[in-house]
Amino acid sequence: MVKTKTDIKNTEKTPEQVIEIINLSKSFADLDVLKNLSLSLYNGENLVVLGKSGSGKSVLIKCIVRLLYPDQGTIHVLGKNVSKLKRKELALMREKIGFLFQSGALYDSMTIKENLEFPLRRIKKKLTRKEMDEKIDEVLENVGLTDTLHKMPSELSGGMRKRASLARTIIVDPLIMLYDEPTTGLDPVTSDGISELINEVQEKYNTSSIIITHDIECARATADRIIMLQDGEVYMEGDIDDFENSTDETITSFFKQQVHNTQKKIIKNG
Amino acid sequence: MVKIRVPVKKIIPKLPDLSKHVIKLSEKTLEETQKANVFFLEAGNFFLFLFSATRESFSRHFEFREFLRQCYQIGNKTLPLISVTGLIMGLVLTIQSRPVLADFGAVSMLPGMVALSIIREMGPVITALICAGKIGSGMGAELGSMKVSEQIDAMEVSATNPMRFLVITRVLAATLMIPILVLYADALGILGSWAGANIKGSVTFTLFISQAFRVVDFMDFLPAVVKTFFFGAAIGLIGTYKGFTAGKGTESVGKAANSAVVIASLLVIIIDLIAVQITDMLL
Repeated sequence: MVKTKTDIKNTEKTPEQVIEIINLSKSFADLDVLKNLSLSLYNGENLVVLGKSGSGKSVLIKCIVRLLYPDQGTIHVLGKNVSKLKRKELALMREKIGFLFQSGALYDSMTIKENLEFPLRRIKKKLTRKEMDEKIDEVLENVGLTDTLHKMPSELSGGMRKRASLARTIIVDPLIMLYDEPTTGLDPVTSDGISELINEVQEKYNTSSIIITHDIECARATADRIIMLQDGEVYMEGDIDDFENSTDETITSFFKQQVHNTQKKIIKNG
Repeated sequence: MVKIRVPVKKIIPKLPDLSKHVIKLSEKTLEETQKANVFFLEAGNFFLFLFSATRESFSRHFEFREFLRQCYQIGNKTLPLISVTGLIMGLVLTIQSRPVLADFGAVSMLPGMVALSIIREMGPVITALICAGKIGSGMGAELGSMKVSEQIDAMEVSATNPMRFLVITRVLAATLMIPILVLYADALGILGSWAGANIKGSVTFTLFISQAFRVVDFMDFLPAVVKTFFFGAAIGLIGTYKGFTAGKGTESVGKAANSAVVIASLLVIIIDLIAVQITDMLL
């Protein structure tokens, strides 16, 4: 069989890298959201991407699953160039990625059970009815939502919706998890619960994750490595200690602002 | 003699200052060009959507469960509204026509006339307009809110084709259910007409029906039914297109629902006009 250029490129990828992004650029009209951004996600790692609103964090993970097309650059997921995948290949690749949306994105016309069944019926087609029910019970237990099976998403609180959404994401055993602002809009206690859950998911399902956030507490609780984005570029990379001990004005002011926001949230929530 | 030289004034014609007009004209031209661009962009997007929907409708993986659910949503939930409208349509048409026909001594023509107008025109168009309002706006709002709350994106990343799951099922359900609803509205319209005929007279149901169907033949019925499939497809396509392409924010959900109703209603009228012309040419 003749190897195509893409095949040759794909075999060159080291197995440790589950995601490799090289010189990614994306702009909307005149606004350059991502500028020549390069990063890698390693197997079993929790990579936190920090940044202010509008720094291109969500655009980055939407490009990874090709919800958005990059203008320039290449994205390799599990050794495959995402931009060059055909529809069927893309669908197969997406089956290996779990995406937790900022809003949870639960289907509001379906119950929690139906929400969980939805990806299961499409991705794990060989499961019997009984196996499906067992799987649903298992993931709901993992996220602590056993009594919400027949409830509608509108009947759940913000934190419960996030957990149900996480259950829907992990039910198909993804290899990579992409979290888009998992703690946004939640009180500090619920945020801590979600951060714990992210760690539990990583341990239990052995996933590699990219966590997009501007919540320092979430980053502190979950990160193996942190990348900070500023104006669509990687501004700093390191672990939480590197960031907290940094004397750089942009980093310190960002951390101060986030600590201030957390304190405000605590006061607001009593 | 002293000659007084009068200085000759050069008469310079005062030309109007055109610069303002030129600027205004170019601004207006630019504005109109932008409007035209938006129109062509929208038309292009719609045809791409139509192409994509057509391609997906021939896919092997048909979402049958969702299709049945949509048939139920469209058919069952529109039924009460269509029942009331159909009944009143027949009743009003009879009450309004009776005095005019009585003046010409042609009251016996009433059942046939009313049945013909209900089957050929009133039933299909009024039912389709009601469906454009109820179903079109429902689809626009539902899909629009799904788009805004990232549910469509969530579907896409969970390896489900939203075009296949959300659009094809709804368009096909509307295409199938609207003709059924029209037939139902026609039947209730004729029933309402019989009730109307009995307000100022007395006629048995059997006699009324036999008089009505003496005038109506199969070729009155067939084109009217055929055009309702197009009404259904148009309502489904516009409703889903507007929802699917809704912008960001809750305001866009309202806009999607509103424009779905307006455009679908307009399309129903246009399709009706074309259908009437074609029927007129063929028969």
